[in-house]
Amino acid sequence: MRRKDVLDLDDFAPDEIREVLETTVAMKEVLARPIKRVPPLRGKTIVNCFYEASTRTRVSFELAAKNLSADVVNISSTGSSVEKGETLVDTTRTLQALGADMVVMRHGASGAPYVVARELSACVINGGDGWHAHPTQALLDLFTVQSRLGRLEGRRIAIVGDVLHSRVARSAAWGFATMGASVVLCAPPTLLPAGFDRAVLTGLRAKGLPTVVAGTPSVELTHHLDAALHDADVVMALRVQRERMDSGLLPSLREYARAYGLTRDRVAKARFGAVVMHPGPMNEGVEIAPDVAYGGQSAVEEQVANGVAVRMAVMYLLAGGRGGAAV
Amino acid sequence: MSVTPRVPLATAPGRFGGTILVRGGRLIDPARGIDAIADVVIRDGRVVEGTPDQLDGARVLDARGLIVAPGFVDLHAHLREPGYEYRETVATGTAAAVAGGFTTVCAMPNTEPATDSPAVVEYVLQAARRDGSARVYVIGAITRGRKGKALADMIELANAGVVAFSDDGDCVTDPSLMRHALAYSVATGRPVVQHAEEKALTTGAQMHEGMVSARLGLPGWPRQAEETIVARDCELTALTGAHLHVAHVSAAGTLDFIRRARAKGTRVTAEVTPHHLTLTDDLVGGHWWSATASLPPYDTRTKVNPPLREPDDRDAMVAGLRDGAIDCIATDHAPHGTTDKHVEYAAAASGISNLETALGSVLSIVHAGALSLVEVIAALTCRPAGIFGLEAGTLAPGAPGDVVIFDPDREWCVDPAQFASKGRNTPLAGHVLRGQVVATIVGGEVLHDRS
Ligand SMILES: [Zn+2]
Repeated sequence: MRRKDVLDLDDFAPDEIREVLETTVAMKEVLARPIKRVPPLRGKTIVNCFYEASTRTRVSFELAAKNLSADVVNISSTGSSVEKGETLVDTTRTLQALGADMVVMRHGASGAPYVVARELSACVINGGDGWHAHPTQALLDLFTVQSRLGRLEGRRIAIVGDVLHSRVARSAAWGFATMGASVVLCAPPTLLPAGFDRAVLTGLRAKGLPTVVAGTPSVELTHHLDAALHDADVVMALRVQRERMDSGLLPSLREYARAYGLTRDRVAKARFGAVVMHPGPMNEGVEIAPDVAYGGQSAVEEQVANGVAVRMAVMYLLAGGRGGAAV
Repeated sequence: MSVTPRVPLATAPGRFGGTILVRGGRLIDPARGIDAIADVVIRDGRVVEGTPDQLDGARVLDARGLIVAPGFVDLHAHLREPGYEYRETVATGTAAAVAGGFTTVCAMPNTEPATDSPAVVEYVLQAARRDGSARVYVIGAITRGRKGKALADMIELANAGVVAFSDDGDCVTDPSLMRHALAYSVATGRPVVQHAEEKALTTGAQMHEGMVSARLGLPGWPRQAEETIVARDCELTALTGAHLHVAHVSAAGTLDFIRRARAKGTRVTAEVTPHHLTLTDDLVGGHWWSATASLPPYDTRTKVNPPLREPDDRDAMVAGLRDGAIDCIATDHAPHGTTDKHVEYAAAASGISNLETALGSVLSIVHAGALSLVEVIAALTCRPAGIFGLEAGTLAPGAPGDVVIFDPDREWCVDPAQFASKGRNTPLAGHVLRGQVVATIVGGEVLHDRS
């Protein structure tokens, strides 16, 4: 991988994504062994720098780093300097002084990892920034879909939920569209990021990639759930938060569940056997019905398992490992 | 109700008692319709007619091949004193002004304490008399403490010398209070300058709401937050018979409301900044959006309020300046310290250090053929002076001897480390601008000389 940082998938070429997905297969193999630890990152220090609480994501990165034999340091928002109003720049200096080889950063402000990556010689992996990006989540979603459906090209991906505030949706749109799938982002009009579709199409064009898949644009926004589900190979639900009601974006979660929640009837409108996904944590009965979340089409548990392997692959490649290599 | 006229300036004209001759330049003085090769003579701080026979002891500036114009007038600058001296002081702010060709600047009242009392007005004027290079006029707050709750003592402020009222940095959003502010301002004869931003529409906003903000995942500042306030204020101005001056217009639709109000005889004037005339929101996306962009994405030097908007808005600003919907160019010079900008985008302060790049920026529009040099100079001189009723903006005989001499074609690279301003915050760092100030004269005294 010829890059210092993984901040989003918008600057990834299809070959680079393919390299990560191939390496993930090798990492899955490692995870299937009785002793899951391999040596490629021995002696390297990886700092998990979480300005926003997320045990799931932090543990996933931590396991990935430890499986590769790296030393892991966690700086989280509880009981550390992060909480004491330390600025991003102070933290960056500390990280530089500590001699971190790799930094995983999660931050509530969109773009924060970019500020750090510019000033740090260490590799920076974006573990989620504001509403902007969550590239390792998107990579694990790509891997999960590829594992289930065999190929990504030409697939139709429907993402339903609070798209406006979702870094998962933004990175997934870049990832799937880059790999030749088409993405439809669906939400009530108040939760759609107007212009995001044009932004991605502009970016794809700049990368010399197609912007139309089987007659439809590579990325679309819609508030029509039925239209979004029609012909979908993948249906991904996004978390919808209660606080959206306080800011007047949603009347009620009950209404949201009725109008946009993924029920069995709704999933039946997608392609037969469509893959159901959710980045977690789920609000069962709101954006996704329990029988859908845990039904036969659900890949939610695989997503979590694949998360560790994908993050191992990203760390391994960033540290200079070769794609698909023996580990 | 009678109030004193706009008081003599902080730096009184005529403080320099000698003769100065600016020889052989292309004199552009839009107030008098002059665009010709002509000399300018200043004696005892004021312009005198013709070229005197006796030049013994006169200082001669050779302006051949250069443009000679009245010193520029800026209706909107943040000099930060008192309270934020680490960002700027009257001394450094006015030094930046003369470096950029501005001989008159109006200081915004978002200081600490706010300029809402005669004592603070006097403090700023004293600093200007003591440390100032350019002439300084003071804008008083509309509301006490700029809190948007109760009117400041506007008549007392006018008597203390303020030339206008503004809560700039914040909008007076309460429509009833804005109505009363406009009505009350009539007694002072001064305009009310509104920073038009419906705050309920800009909660958490970081940049223009559009394609780029959607991609960057930054909360957007929609045009409508500006347009709705301007629409409302135009109606309240008609109701009260006041003079509304709209600060830093950024959205194309705002111009429609201004035109409509003017057509009905309402006194509305407007200004636009160099950055809203030349830059767009794609800059926030950095090199993602333009292979030639020198900035990385999320560079906080692009953060400004109101935000950089889209090419259609930028083009509408240029057209508005041409057709008169916008009266003048004002810099909204907003210097910040490193700690204000060296943070994540959402935590960064808004503003651009503008005084020293304003001329080079707006000349790019002239070079592109979208505005004439005369139009741009009018927008920097007589037009702003007329809005606040300032004795500035022309080189007619008897006028203050405030002159800018510039080379419209000289190319220079913007290096903020060389700024006279303490504010190094500009997205133009490293850019090559075409057009540079060669010399600035204030009251017959050469205060800046690059010749
Ligand atoms: Zn303002």
